[in-house]
Amino acid sequence: MINAWEVGTMVAVVAGVVGFFVVLRGSAFPAHAIPNGAFAGAAGANLMGISPLLGLGAFSLLGAVAIGTLGRRTRSDVATALVLVLMLALGAAFLSQSTEYEPQIFSLLFGEILGVSTSQLTPVLIIGAVCILATFAMFRQLMLTCLVPDIAHSKGLRPAVVDLMFLVIVAGATTMTVPVVGALLIFTLMIGPPAAARCLTHRPGVAMALSVAISVSVVWAAIASSFQSNWPVGFFVGVFSAAWYGVARLAHTALRARRTTLATAISYTAAS
Amino acid sequence: MHVLFKPGFFSNVPVRHALVLGAIVALVSGVVGVMTVVRSQSFAGHALTDVATTGGAGAAYVGVSPLAGFLGGAVAGAGAMEFIGVQRARQRDIATGIVLGAATGLSALFLYLNATSSATTGVTQQVLFGSIFTVDSSTITVTALTGVIVLLVLAVVWRPLLLASLSAEMAAALGTRVRLVGAAFIVSMAVAVGLSSIAVGSILSTALLIGPAATALRLTRSLRAAIVTSCALGVVATWAGILCAYDSYDWDPSSHGLPVSSFIVGIVVLLYGISGLPGLRRRAHARNRDVLRTHDAHHAMPGSA
Repeated sequence: MINAWEVGTMVAVVAGVVGFFVVLRGSAFPAHAIPNGAFAGAAGANLMGISPLLGLGAFSLLGAVAIGTLGRRTRSDVATALVLVLMLALGAAFLSQSTEYEPQIFSLLFGEILGVSTSQLTPVLIIGAVCILATFAMFRQLMLTCLVPDIAHSKGLRPAVVDLMFLVIVAGATTMTVPVVGALLIFTLMIGPPAAARCLTHRPGVAMALSVAISVSVVWAAIASSFQSNWPVGFFVGVFSAAWYGVARLAHTALRARRTTLATAISYTAAS
Repeated sequence: MHVLFKPGFFSNVPVRHALVLGAIVALVSGVVGVMTVVRSQSFAGHALTDVATTGGAGAAYVGVSPLAGFLGGAVAGAGAMEFIGVQRARQRDIATGIVLGAATGLSALFLYLNATSSATTGVTQQVLFGSIFTVDSSTITVTALTGVIVLLVLAVVWRPLLLASLSAEMAAALGTRVRLVGAAFIVSMAVAVGLSSIAVGSILSTALLIGPAATALRLTRSLRAAIVTSCALGVVATWAGILCAYDSYDWDPSSHGLPVSSFIVGIVVLLYGISGLPGLRRRAHARNRDVLRTHDAHHAMPGSA
């Protein structure tokens, strides 16, 4: 149980930091495709009798590089979709050859956070720390290439290269999190909390901190609820993330409405 | 002849059903796919297969027909995406992601409840990798009928939809109700995707929606030619994949066979790769530059240039 809290918190922090840029850069589709396709790597590793972490790492890295390089030459959403289905088709082929049975597939997709062992902690912590450091090291480049492409260009930054590096970071986050929280959950955490944070503030630093805070709160609440009810953690993460986003959107709309009313009132007073 | 078509290929009932169903799905996906690629909505097209799967898992738990679950799930998902993220093109992917995340959570719950109530075994595998070989003839009829309805709706909204996709401002100025035609399209796409994910599985659904359409758009000059090419490529890939899967039972001594979806996806991606070869690609590039460039400029994501 202690392991679950530690791993869950680490995963939430990484998802909050990396997810901030996933939302800002509009990379939702690659962020879904990389973990989902990496699942095939775990199935393949299982078939070959090597560590699933190796298979996950190889497939998420391959997926990220394929999406990054192909996306430059063709429509990026088409490239992402085709890389994803290709990896899933390989996964289906691997599964058909193995004697894998259902609970194991389920845990690869939806995670077994309550069953995390102490030996799984170290790799998660190391890869997670590397992902966060890499994101902070590239902070300026990531911001510039998506917010002000002209300035980025004049500074000699190549958007395609920055994009590729970012997808590799997403692949790292995937490798670390899939064994503990599952392929589908990490995507939810990389989208919901950062999108909610962006509705609440426009300042990048605040938004990133808020995204981490929301993501940690979602994971903690989900682990507690799952422990209480015995229902899967993934269900609670999905529902809590969506709820946070809904609330943030409502708050956003309410704030904007209030600001507009205030502005109208002020201009009216000034005019009269 | 017997080397290619193993004995029994044409007389086998599941194979015949698979050929007919595969062709229907490929035709409908071929048409819907062209518009999906032109509108850059591949993510929504793929996400809806997962959302439909949630509906299927929910239907299995509640005990209603899986078809209703898949269709209901996909249409509800499309409605939610449309409701959340309509203001800006860049928000569209986020809206899709939020809906997908919530649906995934629900999926986890339904599959867990199904597994614990143990009334239905193998749901996870069947729902995720559903096989084209296990359909019955009633599914074929329903798929064909719904496919025709989807194509009719698309035919009605096609021109305003295309205009709205190329330039929303111009379309609005000319009196097109941009949001309405967009919603009509995403609901039609949801129905098409929901049907194909129950019939051929969620992997194949995305592959047949995006692959042939993207290949055709690279090779042809007009959208009409792209639609015809896309449908033809989809049917060819599906039939060739079914043939390979049938034959693959003899390749492996242990007679495991390989899944049909793997073959079809492999062929679809191969075709897309071939269409990108320098000779073919440059010609196509020059041809449809006008249509596609205008569109790309509108929907280009920052950082993806």
